[in-house]
Amino acid sequence: MMTGAQILMNILKDENVDTIFGFPGGAVIDIYDELARTGIRHILVRHEQGAVHAADGYARASGKVGVCLVTSGPGATNTVTGIASAFADSIPIVVLTGQVPTHLIGNDAFQEVDIVGITRSCTKHNYLVESITDLARILKEAFYLARSGRPGPVLVDIPKNIASAKTDFTPPGDVRLRSYNPTYRPNQKQMREVVRLLQAAERPLIFAGGGVILSKGAAELTHLAQTARIPVTTSLMGLGAFPGSDPLFLGMIGMHGTYAANMSASTCDLMLAVGVRFDDRVTGKTDAFARQAAIVHIDIDPTSIRKNIPVSVPLVGDCRISLQMLNEMTGTAAGDAPSPARVEWLGRIAEWKRTQPLSYHQGESIKPQHVVEKVCELTRGEAIITTEVGQNQMWAAQFYRFDHPNRFITSGGLGCMGFGLPAAIGAQIACPDQVVVDIAGDGSIQMNIQEMATAVQYNLPIKIVILNNGYLGMVRQWQELFYGRRYSSTRMNHAPDFVKLAEAYGAVGLRATRPEEMEPVLKQGLAERKPVIMDIVVEAEEGVYPMVPSGAPITEMLLV
Amino acid sequence: MAEDKHVMTMLVDNQPGVTSRVTGLFSSKGFNIESICGSPTNDPNVSRITIVTAANPPVIEQIEKQLRKLVNVIKLRSLNGPKSVRRELALICVHAKAEQRAEVLRIVDIFRGKIVDAGLEHFIIEVTGEEAKIQAVLNLLKPIGIKKLARTGMIGLIREPK
Ligand SMILES: Cc1ncc(C[n+]2csc(CCOP(=O)(O)OP(=O)(O)O)c2C)c(N)n1
Ligand SMILES: [Mg+2]
Repeated sequence: MMTGAQILMNILKDENVDTIFGFPGGAVIDIYDELARTGIRHILVRHEQGAVHAADGYARASGKVGVCLVTSGPGATNTVTGIASAFADSIPIVVLTGQVPTHLIGNDAFQEVDIVGITRSCTKHNYLVESITDLARILKEAFYLARSGRPGPVLVDIPKNIASAKTDFTPPGDVRLRSYNPTYRPNQKQMREVVRLLQAAERPLIFAGGGVILSKGAAELTHLAQTARIPVTTSLMGLGAFPGSDPLFLGMIGMHGTYAANMSASTCDLMLAVGVRFDDRVTGKTDAFARQAAIVHIDIDPTSIRKNIPVSVPLVGDCRISLQMLNEMTGTAAGDAPSPARVEWLGRIAEWKRTQPLSYHQGESIKPQHVVEKVCELTRGEAIITTEVGQNQMWAAQFYRFDHPNRFITSGGLGCMGFGLPAAIGAQIACPDQVVVDIAGDGSIQMNIQEMATAVQYNLPIKIVILNNGYLGMVRQWQELFYGRRYSSTRMNHAPDFVKLAEAYGAVGLRATRPEEMEPVLKQGLAERKPVIMDIVVEAEEGVYPMVPSGAPITEMLLV
Repeated sequence: MAEDKHVMTMLVDNQPGVTSRVTGLFSSKGFNIESICGSPTNDPNVSRITIVTAANPPVIEQIEKQLRKLVNVIKLRSLNGPKSVRRELALICVHAKAEQRAEVLRIVDIFRGKIVDAGLEHFIIEVTGEEAKIQAVLNLLKPIGIKKLARTGMIGLIREPK
């Protein structure tokens, strides 16, 4: 006989879970009691939102499923933002919530909330365990659903009496769900059509997204682009799917995309879109998006296809497998001298890149873009970068050069302030030997600052670089450009002293206010073996450019 | 684009919360439900839910894909055109004083309806059929005076090969 808590530990071990992020409470006390007897590492966060973001960062950096454990009621509701962020970015996590005992469910019991009802629309799937005999099967299904197909968060709500009840445990076999069978291998006939289009295209463009990284298909994508000499742009989520230092890379597309990327998208005659979902931040005005192109759209989720943009060739399948097939099918043509049309196309792109590169003006004060460039240089482009949300996030995306997948960790779809610090904690735990830097804003960092205590407790040497502009900068930028400079509630002039705050947590605090102080502070901070906050006071009213006004075609860029 | 009525039927796991996942999907994505009808099938683990919605074709395509993506939706089919049979049942309570009773009975007869309850001043009528037929009965009864109306919403099945 085994208790529910013991069954849970069994399944976690079976799923090779070595770390979980969590916060205890009455409804999960039996589970915590059991957890302390296993070898599974528990990271005690300071807020349940932090647990979910940390599990998310862990999942993205490691490619494994992230796990968190929280109590019922407020513990469960505190996870909702983190779950919604993981859902928007298709990140595989399993969230275990405690629930009041089954006989109290529905009675407005102490710390009872209907978390399954609350999270129905922001999980891939969720479960309330109603009987201990279902527990093992449900847990296996949760892990399977989280990581397979289009990944995503799965929540399992476990009533307290089920954690303590006993039953005979027989390990469940492989998961089989008759109603859930993701299509991994794309349709052959459609693939031949794609090959034909690729070979006929004069001005092809690859547009890669987070699906390439999630499917571990970056190498296949890089091979395809390099052998067929096709330029590549990515979404925010796709950064790292193709080497940022390759001349074929155009930078990110969309609202804050590069001139070359946005112009190429609007001029190409074939767009090979892989693992993207054509978010409005990417397309701008949809009617004007890629008007000259036949669009091939590869995605494992059929609902992503034709949701926002009409496509010529839909291909439902795993990105990596599809790209591998494309590589095999186009293999021989590679290495041929490029056609005159292709040479002309690559020349045009090179010209766009040369005349309108990402740029900024140096000035009296520290420029945030310069800080990101320096961080990139000092970490040789090899760090794992997490971000907060706002201008800091866009500058990180634009000015850090990502040559590898799983190194850029950002809340893309939800744009959730307070993500970067806990995500950095998760990433550092997944990759203890790598440098992990959170590029932060002075506003966002205050949304989960309590996790500094977690970083210090577990000796995680994460580096937080605050681009401190004294504003909720991204909102201020919109007010500057579109609301007559009326800075309604965006000035943040009551921030704490971040250096003292770091020290109060037992971390290292450093500050740079003058341009000549910036590099020494970054060098010193990056060399520390402890968690560090670097408070970099930057130009207050710097803007992120290019910028496409919301709803405009992406060729209508405001430039520096 | 024109919004057409569209009938879809799906087999789902017969578990608590499944109907709410289906209807929640409609509300969270801003899709509209005209009618919904659900009940168990001959397999006690499986229920059938039939939904009528009105939307343009790309939106219908998106709704169907989203429904198929729900883990508890086992199978989904469209129920439009001659390849399927569709039925709805309506219970209509009409005012029927002496001078109107003959007229009501005549209408019921034409549409092969049934009187399932009668009083001095009312009838409750049962009619089944496709939506057009129910609508026709209602149109004829309206001037006489409809007191109450209950409709099941559409159900249907795909025809088997002949
Ligand atoms: C939780 C949350 N609340 C509000 C917003 C809206 N928002 C987007 S960017 C931004 C400003 C963030 O300020 P800061 O962290 O200082 O970054 P900056 O833009 O100045 O670099 C705000 C308020 C959000 N994205 N997330
Ligand atoms: Mg700021």
